[in-house]
Amino acid sequence: MRSGRTSSMQNSPSFSRRQLLRSLAATGATAMLAPATALGQQVVTKPIPSTGEAIPLVGLGSWITFNVGNDPVARNSCAEVMRAFFAAGGRLIDSSPMYGSSQKVIGYGLARLNAQSLFSADKVWISSGTSGPAQIEASRQAWGVPRFDLVQVHNLLSWEQHLRTLSAMKAAGQLRYVGITTSEGRRHGEFERIMRTQPLDFVQATYNIVDRELEGRILPLARERGMAVIINRPFREGELIKKLQRHPLPGWAAEIDCTSWAQVLLKFIVSHPAVTCAIPATTRVDHVQENMGAAAGRMPDAAFRARMAAHVETL
Amino acid sequence: MSEWWTYSLSDFLLFSPRTYYRLFELYNIAVWPAQIVMLALGIATVVLLRRAGAGAARAAAGILAACWLFVASAYLIGHYDTINWAARYFAAGFVIQAVLLVWTGVVRNRLSLQPRADSASRAGLGLFLLALIVEPLIAPLLGRPWTQAEVFGIAPDPTIVATLGVLTSAERPHWHLLVVPLLWCALSGATLWTMQSPEALVVPAAAVVGLIAAACKTLPVPQP
Repeated sequence: MRSGRTSSMQNSPSFSRRQLLRSLAATGATAMLAPATALGQQVVTKPIPSTGEAIPLVGLGSWITFNVGNDPVARNSCAEVMRAFFAAGGRLIDSSPMYGSSQKVIGYGLARLNAQSLFSADKVWISSGTSGPAQIEASRQAWGVPRFDLVQVHNLLSWEQHLRTLSAMKAAGQLRYVGITTSEGRRHGEFERIMRTQPLDFVQATYNIVDRELEGRILPLARERGMAVIINRPFREGELIKKLQRHPLPGWAAEIDCTSWAQVLLKFIVSHPAVTCAIPATTRVDHVQENMGAAAGRMPDAAFRARMAAHVETL
Repeated sequence: MSEWWTYSLSDFLLFSPRTYYRLFELYNIAVWPAQIVMLALGIATVVLLRRAGAGAARAAAGILAACWLFVASAYLIGHYDTINWAARYFAAGFVIQAVLLVWTGVVRNRLSLQPRADSASRAGLGLFLLALIVEPLIAPLLGRPWTQAEVFGIAPDPTIVATLGVLTSAERPHWHLLVVPLLWCALSGATLWTMQSPEALVVPAAAVVGLIAAACKTLPVPQP
């Protein structure tokens, strides 16, 4: 999106299909035909490079938000968030054995929903390599799924042993994709070395409008190696939203069909050509609908993204 | 854990404040009316602290040990473990503390209480009253429902502060009995601080008072 189009775009919120497709092409995304967001817009997807399978640009994280223990009220509330997520065209839900009761709460929600489109992404997080399969099986039972779509080595913990296990499971058809994760910019050197040497389908790391270290080496490498990229902590655990909400939404937000700062932050992330999807976490139905709105409509191009980052820097 | 210096306290917080306090609500409902029993035991301990004597010390140590075991089993294993996978390790620490209290205070009867003999012992009684009376009021005073009150013998924080009170009332400090309570004070304070809870400093402040009072008892008494 060019900055020179600001005024005309603000006055014409309805965007032509040709324009939409052109902006999506710049980010490597395509519009899905079936599911739609709460706003009635088509959900935009990107392909997983290793297979071409389409994944919506926005997924659902479960760090902190889904760790509600056995509280029936909170569990039902999480199930409603999941219902709204699927209804808006969402697919990928991400969790980890590190996240307390989150896996069981996801399983509770899935048992109440007919989530045919679920793309289950979990992690293995245990120092003992030999205990990895048992932990993955316990996680699978907590979710109540026949198999995981994606299992990632959480924070590179004992990654050599776990990647061997995951590769064997993938070969045996017990999972579909293999990945690794990190967060908050940790161990990027080792992360990059693993990306260069291991046959990974996915990598997951932290990236947002102010934490942009990934742009230097990890994201270009992911493109080069044909790896899908999941982005965690898109809002810095809510800190970015809290900070930005003190300021009015800039006029240019309308040019990329954003009605909130959350959507601006998400579109900045998912419009990067190397990023496959972002996984914001929430406990609220209105927020999940708002987040899914960022998986639809016009996407910023490189110049527009630079303008977005520059604007946020001044706030 | 590699690059440990890059981690902040918030990286270790697994739950939201809402979930944390709601857990106390569900826990209080589940163990009701144990709160009444524990409050009665707390009042009994205050009486024991004022009477002092060998039998009183033994009974106080026994009551505290029972409270530590109850909190370990009912709260840490039964409830906190559902949102914090580290709770089972905390529970092990609580069981160790209960065993130490029984061994030192009940079996060997070394917990000689001397209430109001000096300022340090008075501080001990003050800490116990803080745990018994003030800590359950913190939730409602901060606008949370009564059902989320943290009660002595039921919730960890007031139980730990009460224990510090009894240990501070002893004739001499028993450092081995202070290790687990002080560690918990640091842990609980860090958790509440990370959640930006207004009461975050209460338990660490109680720990500092208990530590200073215990240290004062090791100083030589000036002779005229």
